[in-house]
Amino acid sequence: MATMTMAKALNAALADALLEDDRVLVFGEDVGQLGGVFRITDGLQARFGDKRCFDTPLAEAGIVGFAVGLAMSGLRPVVEMQFDAFAYPAFEQIASHVAKLRNRTRGKLSVPMVIRVPYAGGIGGVEHHCDSSEAYYAHTPGLKVVTPATVSDAYSLLREAIDDPDPVVFLEPKKLYFASGEAQLPARTEPFGRAVVRRAGTDATLVAYGPAVPVALEAAEAAREEGWDLEVVDVRTLVPFDDGTIADSVRRTGRCVVISEAQGFAGVGAEIAARVQERCFHALHAPVLRVSGLDIPYPAPMLEHTHLPSVDRILDTVARLQWDDQPDPRWLTQGSAA
Amino acid sequence: MTTTPQAVRRASPRTRRPATPAATDPAAGLLPQTEPVRLLDPDGTPLPARDDYPEPPIEALREMYRRMVVGRRFDTQATALTKQGRLAVYPSSRGQEACQVGAVLALRDDDWVFPTYRESMALVSRGIDPVEVLTLLRGDWHCGYDPAARRTAPQCTPLATQCVHAAGLAYGESYQGRDTVALAFIGDGATSEGDFHEGVNFAAVFKAPVVYFVQNNKYAISVPLSRQTAAPSLAYKGVGYGVPSEQVDGNDPVAVLAVLTRAVAHARAGHGPYLVEAHTYRMEPHTNADDATRYRDADEVEAWRDRDPVARLETYLRARGALDDAAVAEIAGQAEAYAADLRERMNAQPTVDPMSLFDHVYAEPTPQLVEQREQVRAELAAAAEGDA
Repeated sequence: MATMTMAKALNAALADALLEDDRVLVFGEDVGQLGGVFRITDGLQARFGDKRCFDTPLAEAGIVGFAVGLAMSGLRPVVEMQFDAFAYPAFEQIASHVAKLRNRTRGKLSVPMVIRVPYAGGIGGVEHHCDSSEAYYAHTPGLKVVTPATVSDAYSLLREAIDDPDPVVFLEPKKLYFASGEAQLPARTEPFGRAVVRRAGTDATLVAYGPAVPVALEAAEAAREEGWDLEVVDVRTLVPFDDGTIADSVRRTGRCVVISEAQGFAGVGAEIAARVQERCFHALHAPVLRVSGLDIPYPAPMLEHTHLPSVDRILDTVARLQWDDQPDPRWLTQGSAA
Repeated sequence: MTTTPQAVRRASPRTRRPATPAATDPAAGLLPQTEPVRLLDPDGTPLPARDDYPEPPIEALREMYRRMVVGRRFDTQATALTKQGRLAVYPSSRGQEACQVGAVLALRDDDWVFPTYRESMALVSRGIDPVEVLTLLRGDWHCGYDPAARRTAPQCTPLATQCVHAAGLAYGESYQGRDTVALAFIGDGATSEGDFHEGVNFAAVFKAPVVYFVQNNKYAISVPLSRQTAAPSLAYKGVGYGVPSEQVDGNDPVAVLAVLTRAVAHARAGHGPYLVEAHTYRMEPHTNADDATRYRDADEVEAWRDRDPVARLETYLRARGALDDAAVAEIAGQAEAYAADLRERMNAQPTVDPMSLFDHVYAEPTPQLVEQREQVRAELAAAAEGDA
């Protein structure tokens, strides 16, 4: 095992894919000589040449649409959107073509590609650099949506995404890029469609993904002082989604809090909470609760700590899981906004 | 409202492209000629031969005529099928036969075409089964033909998005050592979309062998060209991207084929993309659901009827001795047989399978789709039991 950053693991995954598969092309804005603004493609152009790793015009719809054509010609594009909110110009290409071509053509044409998106906040970024945009992609049939929370998963899930026969939106939590972890490369962790229990516990299940996973783990540690033994499940792949591992955990613990950094309304956290409730109703001792970002545009850097799910907010929410078997008074006021 | 198409003016020698661009003007070699290229007068009389656009071989023109006649008959049949309720909608390209067929004839079978929803005629002209072409509009699936086998992308409804695909496909083909050319169809309105500009720009930067073929039929549904652009003509949009461009009389079949042949040769030779604007006219409404009388008057339509591309080519071919009454009748018979076959096959009610809804969302369905598939299967079984 070696200690490395997630950025390094992602870089290694791209390099190994370029080495092992001639069809793989890596491109986007500043990914060539510069190595990407986060250095995820650092050294790839020098090592593999500017035909395999190259800069493009500054046009996100163009980048993704170009990738569609390359995939049609039999190549395996891996494109970088520089930041979450900068991917929005490409949304029409993603939603109308990338996601649908296989289905529109009854499987005669498919466009396997990876769209890498550095996403979410916690890095003090100015506006348009910190969006949690996963719900847009997860809501779009035909896309797989993946978000790693560990160094080993970053490598393994990216390799799997590049090999996958379907297009994958690969969401990289920016705030975890330079967090270190133990990994042995080439790592191969659990495949797509499998959630993983990151911390075993008996009293309640925290379900989290991407940037929220380390916060959930921290909250679980802090909860010991309150006398709660919390389980933490890392969803890993939003699509395909692993209902089984999560439902098994909640049936064991009887309580569940879903944590996502994105604004909560109509988000992936809401979907998870609904699915848990449908499957675990008779095992639940309390309603499934959510901790999410606030339903506001991503705030300015000096205010983001108020927006982001924190250990305290998670523990406050865990405290509302009806440990005394009494209803939450917040839900008893008929007709109120609450 | 009346437009005065540039296509009615005669090309004159002073509008010819200079043999070598002036050293002081790097854009000179990229700009289109100031008048659309024309080799036949509207009445079919040949104009003086020109060096830059040699006339295509007479056999190619005769085949072009045949396909235009069959294509027009296909188009009127599709409109009739819509009125009979067999198609949900049909966007006609009647009047644009020279463009629809010329583009196909300028390409090899292994070249790629990126069509829009108005290119049904081009696709049948490419030899794709008309029933498969009309699958989208009949509504039993989206794309009815095999795009990989036919080297023809699904007909594209999100405007201009196919322009970038063509750039990627063409670059990918040349990257892999193949000399494939991609031709992307686009209309006048869609040149206002960002993806047109991104596509042309990507193709230029990567020297991708793409021909962008703009059929300027003067209206984007109801909105006239003057609302799309202040450019002298759409062919002037290439110069900003470093892309050589040309404009052609889109109702002159001989000129369309000559200009597109040169554009395809330019791309195939590795010189990068080429932009061609054809000045033409959609004789029918946008679709059967549109009422064109709300935005254009009968005089304008009548003026374009006088520039009919099929009659124009027929007159020319007869004058050249390449077509006689017997041949015209023979081709008309082919077109009738084609339409009859289409009519008969489209009158059969297609079978659709609700279970197939889950088959191609992903290579393998997700667990959630497997669940939903079982739910639908149970619903169908219950319904069948209720019927029994």
